[in-house]
Amino acid sequence: MSVSVRIPTILRTYTGGSAEVSGEGATLRDVLAKLDSDYPGIGARILDESGKIRRFVNVYVGEEDVRFAEGLDTVAPEGVQISIIPAVAGG
Amino acid sequence: MSLDFGPATGLSCRECGARYPLGPSFACLECFGPLEAAYSFGAVSRADIEAGPANIWRYRSLLPVPEDVADKPNMNPGWTPLVKAGNLGRKLGVKSLYVKDDSANPTHSFKDRVVAIAVEAARNFGFHTLSCSSTGNLAGAVTAAAARAGLDACVFIPAGLEAAKIAMARVFGGRLIGIEGSYDEVNRFCSELIGDPMGDKWGFVNVNLRPYYAEGSKTLAYEIAEQLGWRLPEQIVIPVASGSQLTKIDKGFKELVALGLVEDTPYKIYGAQALGCSPVSGAYKAGHDVVQPVRPDTIAKSLAIGNPADGPYVLDIARRTGGAVEDVTDAEIVAAIRLLASTEGVFAETAGGVTVGVLKKLVETGQLDPDAETVVLNTGDGLKTLDAIADGAAPTAVIRPSLDAFRATV
Repeated sequence: MSVSVRIPTILRTYTGGSAEVSGEGATLRDVLAKLDSDYPGIGARILDESGKIRRFVNVYVGEEDVRFAEGLDTVAPEGVQISIIPAVAGG
Repeated sequence: MSLDFGPATGLSCRECGARYPLGPSFACLECFGPLEAAYSFGAVSRADIEAGPANIWRYRSLLPVPEDVADKPNMNPGWTPLVKAGNLGRKLGVKSLYVKDDSANPTHSFKDRVVAIAVEAARNFGFHTLSCSSTGNLAGAVTAAAARAGLDACVFIPAGLEAAKIAMARVFGGRLIGIEGSYDEVNRFCSELIGDPMGDKWGFVNVNLRPYYAEGSKTLAYEIAEQLGWRLPEQIVIPVASGSQLTKIDKGFKELVALGLVEDTPYKIYGAQALGCSPVSGAYKAGHDVVQPVRPDTIAKSLAIGNPADGPYVLDIARRTGGAVEDVTDAEIVAAIRLLASTEGVFAETAGGVTVGVLKKLVETGQLDPDAETVVLNTGDGLKTLDAIADGAAPTAVIRPSLDAFRATV
């Protein structure tokens, strides 16, 4: 499936400054693997050494925080927007 | 641009320790961990602090602000009462109890403390607009501080907030944007706005200014210790929304010890949540060290953060100090608001009902030592969450102006 991926400011050094790039994959895991092959190194910024989403990163597939869905196994429907966002606090 | 952040010398990642220069950045480039202010403190004495103004600037040598901060137009929050709560203590069976009443701040919540620090950062970085994502109290604190400082304001809230918080945020001017969604969705929106040209030269107090902003909560720790006669309380009950406040109160206590301003005595930190938004107490009870986000549903809207960024640190601190994280139902929150008001004359917002309700539960379940000196935080004013007790907002009786009519009511 082809999807679009929104890149947070602190990862745009990997994407040549692009705030949004195109991606591909049936699940979030596949999309992130493809993203890392297109932009080497970016994957390790999002996933920790054991391959889990880092605890201060939020990833959304469409409007859904993937921790409410199936995590890395969340299905990425055709044309969906995936957002990678650093966790922030406040209130 | 020459930056003046007083004793702060840089930013460091709380997760991996990576160091960065002082700037409007909030996430570690290596691991996305939160950045916080790092300091090189000079000699600080009790006498220096005691000679300072009756607001948070008495602690300016411990904060990321310039030495002359008190001369600039800002809200001068803090130095709120530490109420000796003998009546409430007797009701709960707690021998020595104090309420730190932060509803006494200029916009009636603890948020004035954190925003005051963020305003100095915004000035330092040459930002023209002050912004935030807010559960309500922060929005009012930001628009008020922006008005005082002569900055523009544009703040974002979940559209379904309490009317009093909306009115308070709007009266100070600037733009108030209601977002259709929860606080967590507002937060996500702001994180995206920050990378967009529309958000250029904007200081989002709890996003790109967060490393500075969050330090303001340390002043609660400093004040409580100073008001107790320069010592640490044995137990403290703190509300948990994002978890930032609890994390920084712990940091403040540790700094006081490191600087020799108080004796190194043990303290236990307890976190308080509403059951309808209890991702941290849920994780605590399950023995987890990460926090699974939840969708909030509680009257304690100021604590309704379902995806608390500092949640893992709250778990670490509660466990390290021998405290706990506990939660109470909405009904218990309302009962606790009434209990605090009727015993101590302090009218708390729902978040204060959460801390007092949790204190009661901690005593009843044997998790808190009733013989140890205890401080409970009230972080906001009951007038902002009147709906919570609206069913009690009618007079006890309505009568004709006659003595007989009054006698009949007794």
